[in-house]
Amino acid sequence: MTAATELRPSAGQRLAGLARTLISPRGAVFLLLVLLLVAIAVLNPSFAEPSQFIRFIQRVAPVAIVAIGQYFVIVGGEFDLSMGSVVTAQVVIAGNLIGQDESKALPVLALMLGFGAVIGLVNGLIVSFLKVPSFIVTLGMMLALLGAVLYWTGGAATGNPADGFREIGRGGIRGIPVIDILPWSVVILVVVLALAVWFARRPFGRTIIALGDNPTTARFSGTRSWWVKTSTFMISSLSATVAGVLLVGYAGVHPSVGRGYEFTAITAVVLGGVVLGGGRGWVVAAAAGAFALEALFTLLNFAGVPSTYRDAVQGAIIILAVAYSATTFRARRRGRALEAPVVPPPGAPPPAAAPETSPASGAKTDDSPETPATPAPIPSTQRADNETKGGS
Amino acid sequence: MRRRFTVASAMVGAVALMTLAGCTTDPSVTDSSEAPESSEEASVEWFDQALFDKQNAERTVVPEGPDGQPWLQTINAELVDTAQFASTGPKKACFANASISNPWRQTGWITMNQQLKVLQDAGVISEMETRDAQDSDDTQIADIDYFIDEGNCDIFLISPNSTAAMTPAVERACDTGKPVVVFDRGVQTDCPVTFIHPIGGFAWGIDTAEFLIDNLEKGDKVVALRILPGVDVLEQRWAAAEKLFDEAGIEAVDYFTGADPAEIKKIISDELAKGDVKGIWMDAGDGAVAAIEAFEDAGADYPVMTGEDEMSFLRKWKETGLTGLAPVYSNFQWRTPLLAAQKIFAGEQVPVEWVLPQSPITAEEVDQYLALNEGMPDGHYAKFGGEDLPGYPQVWEDRVIP
Amino acid sequence: MSTATPTARRRRGRLDSSLVVGIALVVVIAIGAVLVATVGRNFFSPGNIRDILTGMSVLGFVAIGQTLVVLCASLDLSVLYVISLSSLIAADLMAGNPANIPLALAASLGVAGLIGLANGLIVTKLKVNGFIATLGTGLIIKGFLDSNYKGTSGDVPMEFRLIGATGLGPVPVSTILMLAVAVLVWLFLSRTRTGHHIYAVGGNEQVARLSGIRTARPVIVAHVLCSMSAALAGLLLASRSGVGNPTFGAQGGYDLLSIAAVVLGGTLLLGGRGSVWGTIGGVAIFAVVDNVMSVMQVNPFLKDVVRGIVIVAAVAVYASRSVERRRPRFDGGGAPPPAPSPATAEPAASAEPASAEGGVR
Repeated sequence: MTAATELRPSAGQRLAGLARTLISPRGAVFLLLVLLLVAIAVLNPSFAEPSQFIRFIQRVAPVAIVAIGQYFVIVGGEFDLSMGSVVTAQVVIAGNLIGQDESKALPVLALMLGFGAVIGLVNGLIVSFLKVPSFIVTLGMMLALLGAVLYWTGGAATGNPADGFREIGRGGIRGIPVIDILPWSVVILVVVLALAVWFARRPFGRTIIALGDNPTTARFSGTRSWWVKTSTFMISSLSATVAGVLLVGYAGVHPSVGRGYEFTAITAVVLGGVVLGGGRGWVVAAAAGAFALEALFTLLNFAGVPSTYRDAVQGAIIILAVAYSATTFRARRRGRALEAPVVPPPGAPPPAAAPETSPASGAKTDDSPETPATPAPIPSTQRADNETKGGS
Repeated sequence: MRRRFTVASAMVGAVALMTLAGCTTDPSVTDSSEAPESSEEASVEWFDQALFDKQNAERTVVPEGPDGQPWLQTINAELVDTAQFASTGPKKACFANASISNPWRQTGWITMNQQLKVLQDAGVISEMETRDAQDSDDTQIADIDYFIDEGNCDIFLISPNSTAAMTPAVERACDTGKPVVVFDRGVQTDCPVTFIHPIGGFAWGIDTAEFLIDNLEKGDKVVALRILPGVDVLEQRWAAAEKLFDEAGIEAVDYFTGADPAEIKKIISDELAKGDVKGIWMDAGDGAVAAIEAFEDAGADYPVMTGEDEMSFLRKWKETGLTGLAPVYSNFQWRTPLLAAQKIFAGEQVPVEWVLPQSPITAEEVDQYLALNEGMPDGHYAKFGGEDLPGYPQVWEDRVIP
Repeated sequence: MSTATPTARRRRGRLDSSLVVGIALVVVIAIGAVLVATVGRNFFSPGNIRDILTGMSVLGFVAIGQTLVVLCASLDLSVLYVISLSSLIAADLMAGNPANIPLALAASLGVAGLIGLANGLIVTKLKVNGFIATLGTGLIIKGFLDSNYKGTSGDVPMEFRLIGATGLGPVPVSTILMLAVAVLVWLFLSRTRTGHHIYAVGGNEQVARLSGIRTARPVIVAHVLCSMSAALAGLLLASRSGVGNPTFGAQGGYDLLSIAAVVLGGTLLLGGRGSVWGTIGGVAIFAVVDNVMSVMQVNPFLKDVVRGIVIVAAVAVYASRSVERRRPRFDGGGAPPPAPSPATAEPAASAEPASAEGGVR
């Protein structure tokens, strides 16, 4: 609260604020990401070369895009387990319908986007009107969609689609100085991320968060909740479609492409500090979660960790990351003396946590309207309601 | 809280008691008496010198049997009399399939159904009832039990989902007195009339490792891409290859990929970032194209590579002109069980262990197999052996899965 | 805050819930019997009934445990690997010797209990969402399994195999055991304080805490019991196949399937309402659908399509019946147990500024 009175925080204060944000739950994913990248670069210096690094971004792009889509569903208080199957379905559709005929690429791409939207629409409508929990709806969709695709193709697609179409996920703009090649995937990721940030800041995007935070309030305030909810599912299916387009280029057609993406995406989103159950989270952090996850895998590869241990490390990191953010949140809440005294865990002393909140939220009021991409505007109070209130 | 423990421990105790009580109930379903034989499975090492030597020798044996019909050929066959099963008239076959969850099994399943049509027209088989276990041991055990109770089966065809776990159920099928034919993965009992399989995983490992060793220098690095751990037919391939790489001083690192091409591409990219990769070894051909593309995208020289006789790999191999070998886990074995049924009902002798030929496709043969299988989908297997069956090539091109 | 739900309506709601599951099961059986008859088979033949009941046993064990966890508004995705691990521990320790059976049972149930304890502690003390916590522990166990076991292992002696292979008439012993566990869990939920607290905590943790319940305890107990019943499923699989297998759990996809069965049985995914018998009904629906599809020799890929549609359609039927019952958030102790009204009675009295924990489960 003290910082809020100062209109122009000095550079030092900004830096301190940034540092605090980094160790705050929402910033932690960026810190984790940086640490992982540095560790990779130490183990394998060539990774830090721009041309290698851009390849890394290219590789993460599909996961990050899926995570961005999943973010909207989760922040709206739901799950989408069907994303992996949507990716697989789209990959197979591309392989079978485009074939070697490049002229079909555009119509089929349109068809794929339409198909993705329909899947999301179906998910959303069933969740909204038949009142079936999204976990169940999308689980059913996951089974049914994958089964249908395999049935249609006899288990294996005819073959890879035309090279021109695959160029989207595989190729890029060549001959660029430092980075050598700018993969289309990276361009698409940036566009998707920018769209997502823009969308999340619009009133509609804020309504999603409000709905996930407290459906009853959102309904009373006149939200057409069915449409908001349905649109989140359409966003996630469409993002899975985009990821499918990238993956069919990057990897090719196989029924196992996209397998497990739903869990990877949820993991990434949660690593990004987004709270399952809805109402809180920042889309950029969700994308950063995807990068952190992939960086972790890469690090384990470079460190020569046997691939069988990879899962175990991943599991431990997820739990620790979420536990860190959850316990920090709690500590902060206690710092603000809002919570009745409940047995505190030893790891999170309230005095250290208390001052953390106010300066960061002060920084938020300063510059949240104009700078979208800096970590500062992350609302670091334990809920996102200031953000949502600001919208309405 | 004390109550909680009381309840919990009471539950545990009760369950344990009931479990023990369960043992004394009437064994209305008789399990066969065999029990202690399977103790060797406790070992976790897949390498088996005796089996390695046997399969190594079988690679060079000239198979016996009709020319041009490898699915009827045998290697070192030890014949068994089947006169007691001889019988006329169309018979009902019951097929407990592990799954059709990968392109190799799908291709074989299509071939098997076309073979079935031939035998149905010939009046040998009346119908084949199939239960697909969708990769689950438990389901397949239940499937076999269902066949025993309700199937009215004249012969059991079983493609086990896993070797050890399926043994008790297969024994129960044997106990019915009806002939049992096991193929692909085996079981730990010799009660089936015949066990049909290609030479095996060690032979695959030897073929591929020798090829890579011949084409690489000592100290070169080979990346081994494996689908998943714990499946014997796959583990044996790697066990043999790993041993030979070790002896030859080839540096080999192995990864599990889940057959996901995206995963494969990431692994190869990371390996290329670490240093030169001279060779790629695969325990199955799925995703071979992604591996090759990873070299293209990184601007590295093509590796020496072993894939499989899957069309995607053969096509990419031809297109890139890399030094390669396509080992084969003979897909035509899917025809053999039904043909074995025909022989058994005719009272003809069949091998106890029906070892089918398994020879890799070499650089000289690629063109031939590519021409033979032109128009087939990428997930098709070149040595599927169904060229003389009805529906060829349309059924395989369209991948018509019953 | 619609705290004032009259008990009468609640009772009707509860009746409805189990009734709907029962009706759904009967409908599925009727349709199944007709379909099976069209291919010249008898749905009610002993062999077919045995096939259905066998299909219920393993998933039943897992789903019973999952019910407890879901009632607490948590989830357990680690059951998959607990199943595999317990089958391996048991089969390895038995090593073909009947004398080792008690030790093997104790060890695998004990290890599973510890895993459940870890899950429960992570969920309650570290405040990690159950979905993520158990996803994480599941991955850790998976890493352990993949690194230490290469394929099937161990040897289950004949005496223990009989459990999986024996039947009283068409009813497998394994199904009887599963139902016995269901009875125990039902008693636990309806007769013990911890059982009531599970409903209370699942209904609304905040309210439960403010009304004096130590909210961590029921959640931990539920997780421990869930892992242990998953271990029972693993033991049954070991008994049926004679070995332990690191992929038993994954083969059956028991994590998502058990959650689906629980929800199919009318238990709310948000917690606080549901019953074990509903879950058994949900498991039975799955088993019948699977059985009918297998008898009809449906293409395996289409089987998944049908399963997906059945899951969504069945839950949609319940949901549409209970739309208005879902809304009251403070109706925590509503379902089977007769007593838990303290949870519903107190919130107004202790209306602290309960710092909004809206989304956190």
